[in-house]
Amino acid sequence: MLEHIWIIPAITFTSFWLILFFGKRLPFKGSEIGLLALGVCLLLSTVAGFQWINHDSAEVHFERAPVAAAAEGGHAAEAAPAAEDGHAAEAAPAEGEHQAEAHVLRTPVDKSVHWFKIGDTQVDAGTHVDGLAIVMLFTVSVISFLVHVFSTSYMSGDRRFTHYFASLSLFTTGMFVLVTASNTLQGLFGWELMGLCSFMLIGHWWEEPKNSNAALKAFLTTRTGDIGLLVGISTLFFAAGRTFDIATINSRALDGQIGHTALLLAAIALFVAVIGKSAQFPLHTWLPDAMAGPTPVSALIHAATMVVAGVYLLARLYGVFWQAFSITHSSINPVAVVGGITIIIAAALAFVQTDIKKVLAYSTISQLGYMVMGLGVGAWTGAMFHFFTHAFFKALLFLGAGSVSHAVHSFEMDDMGGMKKYMPKTFWTFIIGSFALAGFFPLAGFWSKDEILLGAGQNGYTFFMIVGLVGAAMTAAYMTRCVYLTFFGEYRGHGHPHESPAAITVPLMVLAVFSVFAGFLNAPKLFGGEWFGRLVEDATFVHAAIPIHDFSVTAALLSMAVVSGAIGVAAWLHFGQRLPKGLTERSTPARLGHTFLANRYFLDHLYTGVIIGGIKGPIARAAYWFNQNVLDGVVNGVAFAAKRSGSWIYKWIDQGAIDGTVNGSGLGAEGLGGSLRRLQTGRVQQYGSLLFGGTALFALGLILLVARSN
Amino acid sequence: MHGFDDWALTLAVFLPLVGAVVMLVIPGAEEGLHKVVALVTTVATLGIGVAILARYDYGGHQGLQFAPTPKDWISVIHAKYEVGIDGIALPLLLLSMVITLLVVLYSWNHFPEPHNPKAFLILILILEVGMNGTFVAQDLILFFVFFEVVLLPMYFMIGVWGGENRQYAAIKFFLFTLFGSALMILGFLALFFATGAESFSIPFLVQHAQANIDPDVALLIFGGLFMGFAIKVPMFPFHTWLPDAHTQAPTQGSVILAAVLLKLGTYGFIRIAIPILPDAAHTWAPWIGGLAVVGIIYGALGCLAQTDMKRLIAFSSVAHMGYVMLGIATLTDFGINAAVFGMVAHGLITGMLFFVAGSVKDRFHTLDMKRLGGLLLQAPRMGWILGFCCMASLGLPGLAGFWGEFPAILAAYNPAAGLSQPLFRTYMVIASIGTVFAAGYLLWMLQRVAFGTPKEEWDGHAIDDMHWPEYVSWVPLLAGIVALGLIPNLLFKITDPAIQVVTAAIGK
Repeated sequence: MLEHIWIIPAITFTSFWLILFFGKRLPFKGSEIGLLALGVCLLLSTVAGFQWINHDSAEVHFERAPVAAAAEGGHAAEAAPAAEDGHAAEAAPAEGEHQAEAHVLRTPVDKSVHWFKIGDTQVDAGTHVDGLAIVMLFTVSVISFLVHVFSTSYMSGDRRFTHYFASLSLFTTGMFVLVTASNTLQGLFGWELMGLCSFMLIGHWWEEPKNSNAALKAFLTTRTGDIGLLVGISTLFFAAGRTFDIATINSRALDGQIGHTALLLAAIALFVAVIGKSAQFPLHTWLPDAMAGPTPVSALIHAATMVVAGVYLLARLYGVFWQAFSITHSSINPVAVVGGITIIIAAALAFVQTDIKKVLAYSTISQLGYMVMGLGVGAWTGAMFHFFTHAFFKALLFLGAGSVSHAVHSFEMDDMGGMKKYMPKTFWTFIIGSFALAGFFPLAGFWSKDEILLGAGQNGYTFFMIVGLVGAAMTAAYMTRCVYLTFFGEYRGHGHPHESPAAITVPLMVLAVFSVFAGFLNAPKLFGGEWFGRLVEDATFVHAAIPIHDFSVTAALLSMAVVSGAIGVAAWLHFGQRLPKGLTERSTPARLGHTFLANRYFLDHLYTGVIIGGIKGPIARAAYWFNQNVLDGVVNGVAFAAKRSGSWIYKWIDQGAIDGTVNGSGLGAEGLGGSLRRLQTGRVQQYGSLLFGGTALFALGLILLVARSN
Repeated sequence: MHGFDDWALTLAVFLPLVGAVVMLVIPGAEEGLHKVVALVTTVATLGIGVAILARYDYGGHQGLQFAPTPKDWISVIHAKYEVGIDGIALPLLLLSMVITLLVVLYSWNHFPEPHNPKAFLILILILEVGMNGTFVAQDLILFFVFFEVVLLPMYFMIGVWGGENRQYAAIKFFLFTLFGSALMILGFLALFFATGAESFSIPFLVQHAQANIDPDVALLIFGGLFMGFAIKVPMFPFHTWLPDAHTQAPTQGSVILAAVLLKLGTYGFIRIAIPILPDAAHTWAPWIGGLAVVGIIYGALGCLAQTDMKRLIAFSSVAHMGYVMLGIATLTDFGINAAVFGMVAHGLITGMLFFVAGSVKDRFHTLDMKRLGGLLLQAPRMGWILGFCCMASLGLPGLAGFWGEFPAILAAYNPAAGLSQPLFRTYMVIASIGTVFAAGYLLWMLQRVAFGTPKEEWDGHAIDDMHWPEYVSWVPLLAGIVALGLIPNLLFKITDPAIQVVTAAIGK
């Protein structure tokens, strides 16, 4: 299976075409094809997962680098190449308690076919399967499969049910292509395919201008980031010696074969793409609007595809970023900064939302901030683990929100309240998801978030650890608010809410199980061992000597205290009805703050109003005015002048001087244009003959000449 | 089959003329017969094209193929009837054949006013003679004659079957292009005399021009050629004939104009200007690249200001041809391969967009985007095809447009030796920004035309979805867009060996 991993995207791609062409004629309108395809993909990626676990591996030793060693600079880097040769036992000195440990490193499985060739540059299309790809495949399959199941009920009766399922298949294909791609160019295919599908799905109900606007915004914003991707891929192509191959690029970047300037340029450019795709500050504004799409799509976009693609790119080309930003040797870099800012600003926005999906959308942005920051501070495993756990609880929360809206026909939390007693299954699973998101021991989010914070702390990024802790407190608080407004208190909506059918609640329960237990996969030894890390950590990881961190009870207790405190305060305020009423009316700073948040830091005004409005409006109009009046003015002016001089010559020289008579005949004044026009006013038949006659004569002459020359 | 190889190209060029002769003697009232003759002719021509494709040597042979011994033609000036194709000409020749056939098919029930299928189809066939001839000519005079043969039928097509402002557009198209041609023929003559007045043969000039022409003179001559080709492309700032011509031309005219005629200009650069005067091309390249990227952004801004769908698509050609010219200006194998790919892709995609625009106009009798909307509700298939074409046009990977755009951007990072890297990298970034603009104007068009709900004025109007002529003429283009997008080697395999010859001469 590992060699033939291409089958997985091929299945969903085929499924897309089958649904598109035959879906409408089938009893379940094509949803059965999508379900079947994803079921098979889930099965295959599980098989691939087991094969990967048992895959032949070389046992290498490498330093479980403590922070101190990593900070010493060259030391860790020197140890790394040796580790690859398997002589690490000698290379890595036993320093104190940090000893070189046996680490099982599985050999990635590559398979490729010839794609195209220009000059001496041959480009292959291929798959590169390693731990990261396996984890991605599995997670995407699980989430996508559950979203399919959920959608069969949630979307039933939709006017474009079949199209919807076709798009889901294609969307999943995009992510599969990206995560299995062995080169950047192929990755770009998956990347843009997801852009296309998110455009189609966000704008699923395109009759409403609001929805198609959101779709356009998503596409254009990510496309703006993609400028970076094009530039970055191009730069790396030449800098790494005319290759798109990711493994080669990574190893050459780490070996120092790529000049630092080019590497830095590429890293910055690629990071711009990450900012666009993964909705990081300041290009995050498209994601909340993307809520215009059907809710299961939001779950898919937020949990396993699309936005995660940016984080994945960062992790996949980590060698480039690692080297360009000297991640071990600094305490600040653009990746960490952008991630950190995003955590806080998005969490802050989550507090002022009234739409439950928007709360979750800002929460996603904030959590993606954790992943990006994690990668920025060198906590590679932690960031990837956070992706893994986040996928489950965020999908759970989105689908839970979908389930609630299914009952109350609204996403406004003002129309909810007291849903606890109407939909217990949804309630309990949502509670589990919320606690997991808040990072509450021992649920999934706790372990992964802690690993990032720990990485930040131990790698010398102390400030970012504090940012992460503040973010954790904010997360816990806004989720408490969200749960309270949705499930507690009195029902404020209309109609009679009811629990959703099994097709909706079963996926919720499955995801809830994952949200509880997924965290243990990489919990410290005490709870089961760092199994996840060993699965995903790959050659790049070892090569770069990315530090692994020891679990710290102190840090865990600290983060638990922060989270519990935040939940406590928020619950005290909300459940106890102690929120200060009318604060925004009484206090000017509070009002300004609220306005600032309610307008989303005015970024949307800047983008839509100033930048896009400017380009679409005055700038485009000015360019067009220039075109019509200046450029075309020159052309018309020349023609006019020619006509006038023609008529002047005709009038004064030809007719005047030669004939001696002055008769300004209108015909003459028309000049060349006039004669052409006269030619045109005759019968159409004549033109054909005339033209044909000309060409025929020409051809005849040609033939005669050719014939004579022989 | 040896005989076929000698005659294949001549047949490919003049077979449509035979069809036109036959049609000329058939009375105009026999509309059905005219259509059949035109169809048979274009199918037979394409058949020859396919036979050429089958017998083409894709391997090591890098020179001209299907090239019979040149025949004397106008011996006074040593102009010969010299034809032949290589990997650069072959895809374009096929493109021209395919597009003509599809246009004839599309015309089946879409004859624009004042109708007259006989004259209309004869014009299309004569256009094909000119287009095919330009791509196979290996003698400058022969090239020039075919280059000019194209002008007249298109002039009449716009001037007679065009929209309200057709006279102005037709004359502008004709005179503007003629102006460029005048400078181009001067360039040809200069090349001829500067190399000892021996031959107009392109292979001959490729071998002898560089060594025999003073560099300063070469720069001037290149300037003349540049004007002729740049107007045809059209490059900023010589593009203003294009939006008018497109807007006024009938659908078929727009399709041929966009899909094939514009390529005559870019083809001229790769076939004539660059190989004959590589050093002058090298000096000119930064300027060409600059105009190309200005065209990318400028064309996009022009698009954003439009309210007419067809005029928008016309302006988008300015932007897309900017990528082609940027690729050419890098003077690298990646860049020129991208350029040829971009020409074919633009031919398929923009041809399709004009087809769709034509069918929309056919149903709504307007292309004013303020009055359109909700096409997906009234004619879903056409709406989705429009969406597909927009995606292809904005360069989505997996569809043909991508391979014209991305490798050109890539090549600009590392242009030919001696060209300024910082300058071309700036071009690269600007061209990348252009991709966002492209997405912007195309999706806004899609939104205004296809999304939303139909305007009130169309209440109660039955709007037909696609008819069979639309299916048969569009499906091959759509399939081509996907096939080339997924398997770019279909084209790179043909173009690359020929382009290696061109780039090898640069900087020598």
